[in-house]
Amino acid sequence: MTYQEKKSIVSLISTLLIFTVYLLYRYPQYPNEVLDSKVTFHYWGSFILVLTLVSIAAHIVISIVFNIIFRMTTGEKEPAFADELDKRIDLLAFRNSFAMFVSGFLLAMGSLVIDQPLKVMFIVLIAAGFLSDVTGSISRLYYYRRGV
Amino acid sequence: MGKVLVGNYIRKLRFDLNEMTQQQLADKVGVTRQTIVALEKGNYSPSLELAFRIARTFNLPLEEVFFYGENSEKPSGK
Repeated sequence: MTYQEKKSIVSLISTLLIFTVYLLYRYPQYPNEVLDSKVTFHYWGSFILVLTLVSIAAHIVISIVFNIIFRMTTGEKEPAFADELDKRIDLLAFRNSFAMFVSGFLLAMGSLVIDQPLKVMFIVLIAAGFLSDVTGSISRLYYYRRGV
Repeated sequence: MGKVLVGNYIRKLRFDLNEMTQQQLADKVGVTRQTIVALEKGNYSPSLELAFRIARTFNLPLEEVFFYGENSEKPSGK
């Protein structure tokens, strides 16, 4: 298995872990009893903002740890640059990831149109962000294994 | 996706050129070793620029390194 394939798998697992742990920590804090929309908006705003920041920081740390372990176990250095194959696969993975997020975004807007509660819109939006991340990692793994 | 239609004789040509390693070829043409692996497996069609750089490394014309379709003839070499 190549460096890029291993990295895609690590990225996928870390995305799943970060999201699950964060969800288990933050979702019980949802202000169920409060009717004030300002409090609810504050909750969802901070939910998304903190998730984004935590996710970026965790991905950086996991990537550094992965590179150290990769060097120690294989005795090889990780590729220092992205060549034309990497860039092409990145583009294809981004396309799939973007399509997933846009679908989720439209679904979230649709939930507002059919008069669903605001909570549903935010849950769909967050799920779309998570699934788009997962789609990107799976696409990378698929293209590196099957070719482009 | 599947196998690409542009095949190549890179593995054989590397062997003929003093058993050049994938990493050495990758360094010469400016890509990662993983891209050479993908090329040899037939998982990737290189850009025209990369194809020319590889052919130039072996001092061969493009058509003696790459072929289109089901060609199974061996390269003539130098």
